[in-house]
Amino acid sequence: MLELTVDERNLLEGGSGEGAALAMRVVTRVAKVMGANRLRPIVGAHIDSCLYHGPATLDFADRLVDGGARVSVPTTLNVSSLDLIHPDLYRGDPEVGAAARRLMDRYEEMGCRPTWTCAPYQLADRPGYGEHVAWAESNAIVFANSVLGARTHRYGDFVDIAAAITGLVPDAGLHTDRARRARHVFDLTELDPEVFDGDAAYAVLGFHVGRHTGSRIPALVGLPPDTTEDQLKAFGAAAASSGSVAMFHAIGRTPEAPTLEAALGDVRPELMSTVTATDLRDGYERLSTATGPLAVVSLGTPHYSAAQIAHVDRLLGGRRVHPGVRMYVSTGRDVLAEAGEAVASLGRAGVQLVTDTCTYITPIIEGADGVAMTDSAKWAYYAPGNLGLDVVFAAVGDCVESAVGGRVVTRGWLGV
Amino acid sequence: MFEQVLVAGCASGPSFHLDEPLSFWGGLDAATGEIIDRRHPQAGEVVTGKVLVMAKGRGSSSGSSVLAEAIRAGTGPAAIVLGEPDEIVALGAIVAEELYGITVPVVVADPDLIPRNTTVTIDPPS
Repeated sequence: MLELTVDERNLLEGGSGEGAALAMRVVTRVAKVMGANRLRPIVGAHIDSCLYHGPATLDFADRLVDGGARVSVPTTLNVSSLDLIHPDLYRGDPEVGAAARRLMDRYEEMGCRPTWTCAPYQLADRPGYGEHVAWAESNAIVFANSVLGARTHRYGDFVDIAAAITGLVPDAGLHTDRARRARHVFDLTELDPEVFDGDAAYAVLGFHVGRHTGSRIPALVGLPPDTTEDQLKAFGAAAASSGSVAMFHAIGRTPEAPTLEAALGDVRPELMSTVTATDLRDGYERLSTATGPLAVVSLGTPHYSAAQIAHVDRLLGGRRVHPGVRMYVSTGRDVLAEAGEAVASLGRAGVQLVTDTCTYITPIIEGADGVAMTDSAKWAYYAPGNLGLDVVFAAVGDCVESAVGGRVVTRGWLGV
Repeated sequence: MFEQVLVAGCASGPSFHLDEPLSFWGGLDAATGEIIDRRHPQAGEVVTGKVLVMAKGRGSSSGSSVLAEAIRAGTGPAAIVLGEPDEIVALGAIVAEELYGITVPVVVADPDLIPRNTTVTIDPPS
């Protein structure tokens, strides 16, 4: 039974305006779905509702803004449908573009920071260990819980901004200790350690884990201790696409999982799996739909970090992208500013930088005559449906070589 | 038979069991109600007006928006039966109700208790 404080009840009854009351109705209705007995305060929010999915998304924002709602905690914005820094990239319906722009404006009017990135954990001020936040965007959720040790439930559109306005979330789900314990142990210790040298390994592993664990919280035993944030990002984004993974425990890396015992708590795991090289090869092959003439190479889903942009620049080594191929790298505008020299170098090589949005959610890759190549399991998973394209998934090194050579070249699932 | 009522209301339609979880975002075209996830075994089928029976939700947190938009556009399911509670699915229906007054009931029940490909009525006690 959900109990509200006097202040919370006042918010619900319209004491802070109609917009805040709508936000509070959404928060309390979700709290009931989650079985929460009370609400709890948050220190920040990350909003996915700013991506245009049709009139319903704009109607909701209009109702909030027109009702006087503003965010009450520091709030960042996920990708939208438009690249405001490179506006000519949008090749969609101008009316839809105008509606998407209006939606972006409405979220800024509510006091959200126009960060326009799906990787808010790459921004300077990110939540710390044990801090409660309301994050939407599946890859950001899994990163916050698993790498930062912050606490967010798997929030969707609408409740993200509702939580930011009220400053409240249900005290349930991944905000509670019990729900954060690992339920499915994946043993990676039988894999050849060289597997992890390949850039594709983490995305493929995440794809495999997500497919086999669904919405459980997995524990990974045997990830190399020097696994980078970019590799954990690739793993989490993949696991949150092929499954509903909102948190994982990388033993020795996740702040609350120094040991497997700590990750499990006093609960016995439901499942134990051993990951083999065959599992990874199978996952790698499943991520590609078909091969053919190469038209597009798309990197940066989730948004590339400055280190990843520099890595692509090194892989290109001064060579130019083949004239028959369009190559895109998506990133946030803050990273774009931070990675200045490498960004300029990619531009000279013929790479198109994309900010504020992503190539698979908005019409940028229109009229591509051939297959698209990517190093992102998430992009490989969604692009065939969203864009009607066939996709070849490969390690970033293979993607770059293919972009330069003008045809699909892959060296297998280990890649480079 | 209903373990939990996430969105109260009454609706009927032909039952349509998903063989695998479906992410509405990237998986459902809100303009047509068609399943567009090419990896989904029921790709090409239409959910409009059906009692959609799904063991669990999956994938992107944009799913709530796509479901709300499908309900607004009249292409959404008549009701949703979930094998386990899923806030992203529930939210799409909650917001469509708040904005447009259109109720798509969402309940939690064992999918195997819903007869397949048969017109069923979802009418949970409120």
